[in-house]
Amino acid sequence: MTRHLKSALFSALLVWAVAYPVLGLKLSIVGIGLEVHNSSPLTLAIIAICSVLMFVRVLFSDQLSAAWKASPNMPKVPAKASNFLTLPSTQRWIILGLVVVALVWPFYGSRGAVDIATLILIYVMLGLGLNIVVGLAGLLDLGYVGFYAVGAYTYAMLSHYFGFSFWVCLPIAGLMAATFGFLLGFPVLRLRGDYLAIVTLGFGEIIRLFLRNLTDITGGPNGISNIPKPTLFGLSFDRTAAEGMQTFHEYFGLEYNSINKVIFLYLIALVLVLIVLFVINRLLRMPIGRAWEALREDEIACRALGLNPTIIKLSAFTLGATFAGFAGSFFAARQGLVTPESFTFIESAIILAIVVLGGMGSQLGVILAAIVMILLPEMMREFSEYRMLLFGAMMVLMMIWRPQGLLPMQRPHLELRK
Amino acid sequence: MSREILKVSGLSMRFGGLLAVNGVGLTVKEKQVVSMIGPNGAGKTTVFNCLTGFYKPTAGTILLDGEAIQGLAGHEIARKGVVRTFQNVRLFKDMTAVENLLIAQHRHLNTNFLAGLFKTPAFRKSERDAMEYAAYWLDKVNLTEFANRPAGTLAYGQQRRLEIARCMMTRPRILMLDEPAAGLNPKETEDLKALISVLRNEHNATVLLIEHDMKLVMSISDHIVVINQGTPLADGTPEQIRDNPEVIKAYLGEA
Repeated sequence: MTRHLKSALFSALLVWAVAYPVLGLKLSIVGIGLEVHNSSPLTLAIIAICSVLMFVRVLFSDQLSAAWKASPNMPKVPAKASNFLTLPSTQRWIILGLVVVALVWPFYGSRGAVDIATLILIYVMLGLGLNIVVGLAGLLDLGYVGFYAVGAYTYAMLSHYFGFSFWVCLPIAGLMAATFGFLLGFPVLRLRGDYLAIVTLGFGEIIRLFLRNLTDITGGPNGISNIPKPTLFGLSFDRTAAEGMQTFHEYFGLEYNSINKVIFLYLIALVLVLIVLFVINRLLRMPIGRAWEALREDEIACRALGLNPTIIKLSAFTLGATFAGFAGSFFAARQGLVTPESFTFIESAIILAIVVLGGMGSQLGVILAAIVMILLPEMMREFSEYRMLLFGAMMVLMMIWRPQGLLPMQRPHLELRK
Repeated sequence: MSREILKVSGLSMRFGGLLAVNGVGLTVKEKQVVSMIGPNGAGKTTVFNCLTGFYKPTAGTILLDGEAIQGLAGHEIARKGVVRTFQNVRLFKDMTAVENLLIAQHRHLNTNFLAGLFKTPAFRKSERDAMEYAAYWLDKVNLTEFANRPAGTLAYGQQRRLEIARCMMTRPRILMLDEPAAGLNPKETEDLKALISVLRNEHNATVLLIEHDMKLVMSISDHIVVINQGTPLADGTPEQIRDNPEVIKAYLGEA
């Protein structure tokens, strides 16, 4: 016990050192200056209690962990169940179930909820796309948001300057992002690991700064606004249609309801996610999917067998970028406005966090993680000051308890039938 | 006399001030088993790395069926039919044995993106053929019952055999084995010897071998090249090598 005394004291002090400046001090504006005040005694008391608890916890850590192990009714996932949950076939059924729920519920949900769900779907799409690059091919890409920006700006600019509709621009945005992925990938992919991460990070920022400073074309920091929403075979969801167009509610003789537009956007996002899911599921079972896996495991062996590592990596990079392009153009349509500030590095970090949190390579994991990552901050608006703190705490806890992610997936193994 | 598959002459490899390989030459004819032997650190694996494009040789020519291949990238040389195993087994450990064999057939498969996406009949056929070919070779190396096990969980000798099978999947013109008997027990070494004979006699394989197990080398080789400290020391049939005083000196030291 005494040997823990020192570290216990240190931990208790650490609680003070971390919590006091964040929670115990309040800044208030007096005139033009800032003043620092102590916050309420209650807060200070809570910090004190926490530090005492920490002290006791570290001091008795041996006894506590022994008791922890001895307690018989700990809810623990049996090995069989966790194996069952990580099987590709199980996860496929769960995803199918989720899709059915996702198809039905917006018609009963509130407008705000459907809107958030649409945002979640955008991140699911981004997460699935990055999952190809990071989870399957094992290339750490920190500049993924760059391709998202390319997709968004492609639609914004095409519609702004040429009046192209969303449906025409969607494939163009995907192609455009793929082209960028291909061009950036060529010089970058001969690098490995950390170097690749740094260079992709740089490229992501370059794209953003480029969009920001190309004021004549992209509108600079103000971005491009008034981007039209998608239409259903030419039927717009606005209250009054533009010239020569019809609105959805007039055509079907319905009362105008703004929720129709939200649900329609949600359904488009859902369809896009389903397409991405289908493509990834096929890829996993195609030669190229196997080659990604092989390359992640042993690049030298791949070369010795005549597989061209550059082309295989490039295909992963390009495909990932394509999906980001789709997500980007949908994002532009939903938002009606794109500015460079929507594509900062923190977006890349969030998408990467979704992939890691969900379990690398797992599609169901990415979906769950996207829900958690987007929904939690929305639901905890009262705590918005501490959002980043909670975010960090969640990441640390995840890495301690489930480093493999929320729901990792075993790769679908090809088996020899006898 | 049969055709020369591989002809290497004056091969040198310099790392800064170190001349690791100096003027090595060797010739491998069709359906021959040629061994490269030499004390540890003699530069045998460096020669292998030069031949397979992992290093760019400083000097010398490598002719594969009369075509110069020195300086090409590793995967390009592999595609031309020079395929190797590694001293320390390099399987894809998390993939099953049969998947390891499918990866090796990558360039023979239908990799068309749309064909795979929509599972066209051509795609299905190509996958089925690949699977059958893999099954055939798994049977050849006696690993059929382990087909669906992750390669990393196989016993060491089995991993060695799987690696050789994986090379054969690429339909190589010359198979290069880097110490295939290292870490095998006598029984497994016997199996390996039988396997190499089968490869040569039934599958027309041409083999270039690095090996320290002299019993294996002497019994299986048609021709032996001895390298010492990067330079060629001797070259001949197993009998000639066995009686060569220079070789004995290099291996056992001066009496």
